[in-house]
Amino acid sequence: MADLLTIKNLRIEATAYPPGEAPRHLVLVDGVSVSVQKGRVLGLIGESGAGKSTIGLAALSYGRGGVRLTGGQVLLNGRDIRAEGAAGLRALRGREVTYVAQSAAAAFNPAKRLMAQVIETSLLHKLMTKEQAEVRAIELFAKLGLPNPETFGRRYPHQVSGGQLQRAMTAMALCPKPDLVIFDEPTTALDVTTQIDVLAAIKEAIRDTGVAAIYITHDLAVVAQVADDILVLRHGKAVEYGATDQIISTPVQDYTQALVSVRRIDHAEKSDAAPILRVQGITARYRGTDFDVLQSITVDVAAGQTLAIVGESGSGKSTLARVITGLLPARSGQITFDGRTLSPDLANRSKDDLRQVQMIYQMADTAMNPRQTVGTIIGRPLEFYFGLKGEAKRARVQELLDQIEMGAGFENRYPAELSGGQKQRVCIARALAAKPKLILCDEVTSALDPLVADGILKLLLNLQAQEGVAYVFITHDLATVKAIADKIAVMYRGKVVRYGQKSDVLAPPFDDYTDLLLSSVPEMKTGWLESVLKTRKMESAGN
Amino acid sequence: MRIPLSALIGLVMTGLFVLSAVFAPWIAPYPIDAAVGKVWEGPSSQYWLGTDTIGRDILSRLIYGGSVTIFVALSSSLLSFGMGAFFGFLAATRGGWIDTGLSRIVDLMMAVPSLIVALVVLSVLPLNLTVLILVMGVLDSTRVFRLSRAVAADIAVMDYVEAAKLRGEKQGWIIFREILPNAMSPLVAEFGMRFIFAVLFISTLSFLGLGIQPPLSDWGGMVRENKDGLVYGKAAALMPALAIAVLAISVNLVADWILQRTSSLKGGRGG
Repeated sequence: MADLLTIKNLRIEATAYPPGEAPRHLVLVDGVSVSVQKGRVLGLIGESGAGKSTIGLAALSYGRGGVRLTGGQVLLNGRDIRAEGAAGLRALRGREVTYVAQSAAAAFNPAKRLMAQVIETSLLHKLMTKEQAEVRAIELFAKLGLPNPETFGRRYPHQVSGGQLQRAMTAMALCPKPDLVIFDEPTTALDVTTQIDVLAAIKEAIRDTGVAAIYITHDLAVVAQVADDILVLRHGKAVEYGATDQIISTPVQDYTQALVSVRRIDHAEKSDAAPILRVQGITARYRGTDFDVLQSITVDVAAGQTLAIVGESGSGKSTLARVITGLLPARSGQITFDGRTLSPDLANRSKDDLRQVQMIYQMADTAMNPRQTVGTIIGRPLEFYFGLKGEAKRARVQELLDQIEMGAGFENRYPAELSGGQKQRVCIARALAAKPKLILCDEVTSALDPLVADGILKLLLNLQAQEGVAYVFITHDLATVKAIADKIAVMYRGKVVRYGQKSDVLAPPFDDYTDLLLSSVPEMKTGWLESVLKTRKMESAGN
Repeated sequence: MRIPLSALIGLVMTGLFVLSAVFAPWIAPYPIDAAVGKVWEGPSSQYWLGTDTIGRDILSRLIYGGSVTIFVALSSSLLSFGMGAFFGFLAATRGGWIDTGLSRIVDLMMAVPSLIVALVVLSVLPLNLTVLILVMGVLDSTRVFRLSRAVAADIAVMDYVEAAKLRGEKQGWIIFREILPNAMSPLVAEFGMRFIFAVLFISTLSFLGLGIQPPLSDWGGMVRENKDGLVYGKAAALMPALAIAVLAISVNLVADWILQRTSSLKGGRGG
């Protein structure tokens, strides 16, 4: 079959302008060749900065601000679109090639109804009349499993859920009957239970319309469900290119093997022990609302062990962490720590109570003051709680840096000079500096690439073994839970629906929600999606 | 670090103004209030910028006047900054009724044009430099309050501020060590803007006769003294007007440059 899109020796360069420094020249993509045939799906996979999205946008002959396509060919239907002028590109974009962005919430215009936005490109390119376009859009809404397809288009973006918005954007991309659709991490921002529906809808729509697609993601298990071929990228270069089955089952390159075996940390559950933290009957609501986001939550955390709290966004996981820290005082219920009752309000807790409970955040970027050096960030708790100064403080900071496996030379660096994984490690060191008995970890690995996240999880497990610190580990990712938990609490709409030792919680019989949650985690094998959809008991909340 | 040409010009000009203001008694060729020439003489080698309505050397008066204008403007902008930033940060970090109360008071003050308030207040109070600086500083602090509250509110919700609260840090540490360093660049640029407004404001007041009183003189007052000459084609009034414009533009160029160097409020080392 003739190739619809052929990329040959693509080279993409950019110039970065860091403030106050000399401009830097970067090669983003170097010598990548790949092709897509009609009706097939190519998966692009790699960690952040691998050049996935940049290559995806190159299929539109588009470079984001300051990004230039400097070498190679991008052949679409046999002609080199790199040579096209502005008018040629305008005719091609949104017609022959369309694009589905990661964050649908940010990509839709909040002031316009969905229908107007979904059919906009079709009308702009004069492909059909308004009536024809609306009929097609309604067909697509139905195909993508959106509720009430006839009236769905009359809604505004804020009136539908994130998963529905992502499907509406897929409808927008498919409406002008393009030859090629680029899906740029379309399910990454969604909950795991919603992701599966969107994934199934996208897969079916691709199959039914016979369109070719490029599917960009950092999650190999997801791409295994939709792609026919996979190109593994790293640092802008192709690592491995082959059929999906081959990449998943018999990867050749070391890097691909690492990606395939990611999330397989095994952690033997410890037997239950005396609790360090007891949360009893906690009910809480945010100021100015009349809705309890937490409803009589009761869980225990054993000393030196990990309680994982799982659930999708809005289930109240992070709110529970805020209540434990005292940022959000509970309306009723009691928190007991190490045998003594903690004041509900942060302001009334003793310095020692504050020291004993530390917190690590999801976004390490915003959790560190950009104007403080690593030395200051880790040193402050030492100074504040233990009165360490000068050489003693410096030595302890270095000791902590060694503990988080970062070594010498980081003390004087600013957060902006660290990688994502390093930033999270510094946040761990800051928490550790207080010598706490409990650390609350709020989605600490969610913003990281899989391999980096694995490293952080291993570090946390090691630190627990060395220091005997207990974790409350909040996450929506069940693979992470399996890797780190001793006990699990499953949360759904402000309640704990299932709670116990890991082995008990993860063993059948399941309640409906736990079943949905467990079955929604993509597995690293082809055909998983279809088998799951057949056996599910409950639809996701986002539907 | 390379300084762009516009900023360089701004820096040099601002520096010249400040130097001439500080060293006025040594630089000025003639005393401030001595009639040394004929009335409204044109520029000559003897009187570089000509003479004024009663024959005083304009250059000398500009230099002396500059020191008064710059002193008053600088003092009042420092005052407005101190007040505005303090209350703005307080409102942003405390929130609740403190924030609401302060914000509504500021709304109230901003609802009335500050020139009118100044005119009313100054016509009641005794006219001296202290009163002038206080009135201008308080009136201008409302704008600084708005900016610092907005900037600090953006920063106060960052996780690192929350982390500091969880650590048990006092309000002082949170404001001065966590928030202030990240709010510095926009505030410094704003300081330049406030300074210019203070220069314009004091010049306006003096032009209207409610600002600097004789025997002291400032640029606005000089425009007022010499404005009648414009009818007869005498350029004397334009000299102090030009000085006001050049100072405003120079400080603006510097402020622009500072603001440009701030890549973002939240990230980066901030150059």
